[in-house]
Amino acid sequence: MIYSSIGYYALIFGLAISLPIFFFSIKNFKNHEILDSKIISFSFIQLLLVIVSFLGLIVSFLLSDFSNDTVFNNSHTTKPLFYKISGTWGNHEGSLLLWLLVLTLFIFIFLVRSKNLLKKYRILTVLFQQIIIIGFFIFLIDSSNPFNHTFPSPSEGLGLNPILQDPALAIHPPILYLGYVGSSIIFSSVLAATCLNYISKTWAIHIKNWILISWIFLSLGILLGSIWAYYELGWGGFWFWDPVENVSLMPWLALTTLLHCVLVLEKRSTLSSWIIILSITTFTLSMCGTFLVRSGILNSVHTFANDPERGLFILSFLFILIFISLFVFFVFHKSDEQEVISFSLFSKETSILINNWFMMYFLSVVIIGTVYPIFLDVISSEQISVGPPFYHKLIIPFLIPFLIFMALGPQLSWIRGKLDGKIYLILFLIISFLISYLILKNFGNNILINTILIGSAFYLFLTTIRDFFKKKLQNFSQNLSHFGFSLLILSILFNNIFSSEIITNLKVGETFKNKKFEIKFNDLKKFEEKNYVSFKGYFLIKENNSRENLEPELRVYNQPNIITSEADIKTTFLSDKFITMNTVQNEEYFNIRYQKKPFMLWIWISVVLISFGGVISLFKNRDI
Amino acid sequence: MKLFNIIILFIVFIYLNPVNATEDKLQNKITKNLRCLVCQGQSVYDSDSEFATSLKLTIQNKISQGQSEEQIYNYLMDKFGEWIVYEPRFNKNTYLLWFLPLLIFLLGGAIISKKLINKK
Amino acid sequence: MKKRITSLLTISILIFVFIIFYKSLNTINFYKPKSEIKDIPQFSALSFYSNEKIDSKKIFNKDKYYLLNIWASWCVPCRDEHLILTDLNKYDKLEIIGLNYKDKLENAKRFLDELGDPYKKILLDKDGTKAIEWGAFGVPESFLIYKKKVVKKFIGPLNANSLLEIEQIIK
Repeated sequence: MIYSSIGYYALIFGLAISLPIFFFSIKNFKNHEILDSKIISFSFIQLLLVIVSFLGLIVSFLLSDFSNDTVFNNSHTTKPLFYKISGTWGNHEGSLLLWLLVLTLFIFIFLVRSKNLLKKYRILTVLFQQIIIIGFFIFLIDSSNPFNHTFPSPSEGLGLNPILQDPALAIHPPILYLGYVGSSIIFSSVLAATCLNYISKTWAIHIKNWILISWIFLSLGILLGSIWAYYELGWGGFWFWDPVENVSLMPWLALTTLLHCVLVLEKRSTLSSWIIILSITTFTLSMCGTFLVRSGILNSVHTFANDPERGLFILSFLFILIFISLFVFFVFHKSDEQEVISFSLFSKETSILINNWFMMYFLSVVIIGTVYPIFLDVISSEQISVGPPFYHKLIIPFLIPFLIFMALGPQLSWIRGKLDGKIYLILFLIISFLISYLILKNFGNNILINTILIGSAFYLFLTTIRDFFKKKLQNFSQNLSHFGFSLLILSILFNNIFSSEIITNLKVGETFKNKKFEIKFNDLKKFEEKNYVSFKGYFLIKENNSRENLEPELRVYNQPNIITSEADIKTTFLSDKFITMNTVQNEEYFNIRYQKKPFMLWIWISVVLISFGGVISLFKNRDI
Repeated sequence: MKLFNIIILFIVFIYLNPVNATEDKLQNKITKNLRCLVCQGQSVYDSDSEFATSLKLTIQNKISQGQSEEQIYNYLMDKFGEWIVYEPRFNKNTYLLWFLPLLIFLLGGAIISKKLINKK
Repeated sequence: MKKRITSLLTISILIFVFIIFYKSLNTINFYKPKSEIKDIPQFSALSFYSNEKIDSKKIFNKDKYYLLNIWASWCVPCRDEHLILTDLNKYDKLEIIGLNYKDKLENAKRFLDELGDPYKKILLDKDGTKAIEWGAFGVPESFLIYKKKVVKKFIGPLNANSLLEIEQIIK
């Protein structure tokens, strides 16, 4: 009770602090030479207040204070401690408070770490960031207050959806939000820089760190979500092209493009308008994602409450931000016609432009696929689904040239590259396609597009490996990320092509047999856990000479009353064995699904490698 | 698996090659392209709702009756509406959906080549 | 000049997007198949009591309204709905046909013993495929049929409103 009140008033005071920040920023903007330290102090106080508010909510969750509506709706006394804490951000109100926390945290870090930069630029960035911060404060206090009271206090809460009670999903939102909100700094900073005509090499070097930070977190956030989907949703799929997943992919694509673009700006002052547009787009897409997810207008596996009032607020706020940024762009930005674009056809600049071109195409596919059903429904009230086949048809063919350009690009130098002495590039291409052809032929999977796709992924794989040896530590971070990407594509393809699965109905004691596998249903046992009852199946899988015991589970949660099916997965270096069981209505049989999925682990590893490339780049920048 | 099937689909699309997939594979391919009406957002393949299990059976029966993939889709769209298939049909409602990304790709190509040619 | 055109264009596109999103805020995002007037499907199913095969052609052929109700003993909302069905049973113009969905025979019989049997005939749908023929995706669902056409489709349990609606149609 008391902690909720503390949290609530901390929010109100936090909002009030924006006033002095505005005041001192505007006063300081023209008057003095150096940045007024009061701005930093007040930003710090604001951050502290938001932290207090956030802690207030966490403590309310820990104490299971059901007089607080948010706690009542999302927690339960029998819930394990860890999920009581993660329940704090596992709901709408709490997750918005987390948004706000990251917003204030990042602007404070920005202020502390940008001492060498232009004073006016720092102040303007703070001001633009404050606009976003104020918006979120008002949204929280007005229509998503995490500290609403109920009186008299209920004795028990409603509980957290069991499929959300999972370690990967517990840390997924904070990581993802660090990525989402990181782009707010990019947004504020690019607007400030545009106003001051400060888009330059210095700015590029500085903003690159922020781009890297949000990019790394966003990549890891998506990875966690994907891992969770792999063992919790469906049958071993890890990416469903579900709208909510797409919504996190959109800012990632924009950020990746921006990251490549900034590399050009860092070396030479060019492409500035494009960078401004991309930076604005990135944050807009993050906000748009929040809107689409939180308003509940998407029809998705990931259920979120449908609340038009909240949706309207985020929507209006989003468009206010877009119009502010458009205003800044059209009024202040001097178009770069005077910029001399001087680089030859065979240069890194060209290859980055080509990267941007493809990335923008992928982004447009994802955006259009995600929002088209909404548009169609409103305009003609026809309802359609846009699912995996759509994305695969439009993306896969374009992946082939994309991979090849990705291999070629880093081989070129800035401004004017030469292709002399690079016969190995052609040699590699031939080798790659040969390998791909042989592998697929060997496994009796002779499909032309598979061959080409795997061939081009191998091409990238080989060229990056060569660079590890040839160039050693030069461009190591970029090379690592590209290598990771080739590994990702290869693992996904091999995983898809060589997976095998068995679907059958078995009861205890029965055995399923085919040419390859033998599945024996040995036993079924019941366990009473803290907040659920578990029915564990004991299976023995025989394949050639290997034997594996797998124990999938059915959990009957008490609060809320939901049955979940927990897969049992045995992960090895080369493949995953994945088994799930489900009840069949009114039968003593269980529906058993067994899948052998090769290279599953490598999908996760390659995403980690991709992100790790970013981390290395980040630390390399710090040294300079 | 999903990707693989789509690739097959893609090949059929372009080369009109008959695919000699087994009935099982065809069933999986079809159910992956169908959206479950109960737990909306999951494919029939992924879902284990009563509806999805029955639908899998129906599809199995239809395949063994020798019906083609397209016939099965048409049958189900007639019963449940176009919404049930994950791959949007190609009609006046979806021209824009299919072509807009490609248009954007062409436009982007035009802008880049203009930039590259201009400066020479 | 060029800048003005681009800015105007961007702004009008954005306003358009805003309006669409705004409108979509108030639509329900859970999809339900549209209920269009359709011919009833042809199928044959086992009878609940006699274990003989009945052809759908032989059921819906009188000059009467029919209400095909998909139900199961394990379906909780079906219990409430049963009261409405019993209520509707009083109309001579209406015949209620049950389609027992994925049920165990003894459970279904116990259900009817307990709550009464408003059905003129009950057909069995052991594996759920008959319900799919009808375009149903869950229990309960009901179809009001006249002259071999589906006049009205009810997704989910019948309630007081649907009772009124049915009464109005059959009068």
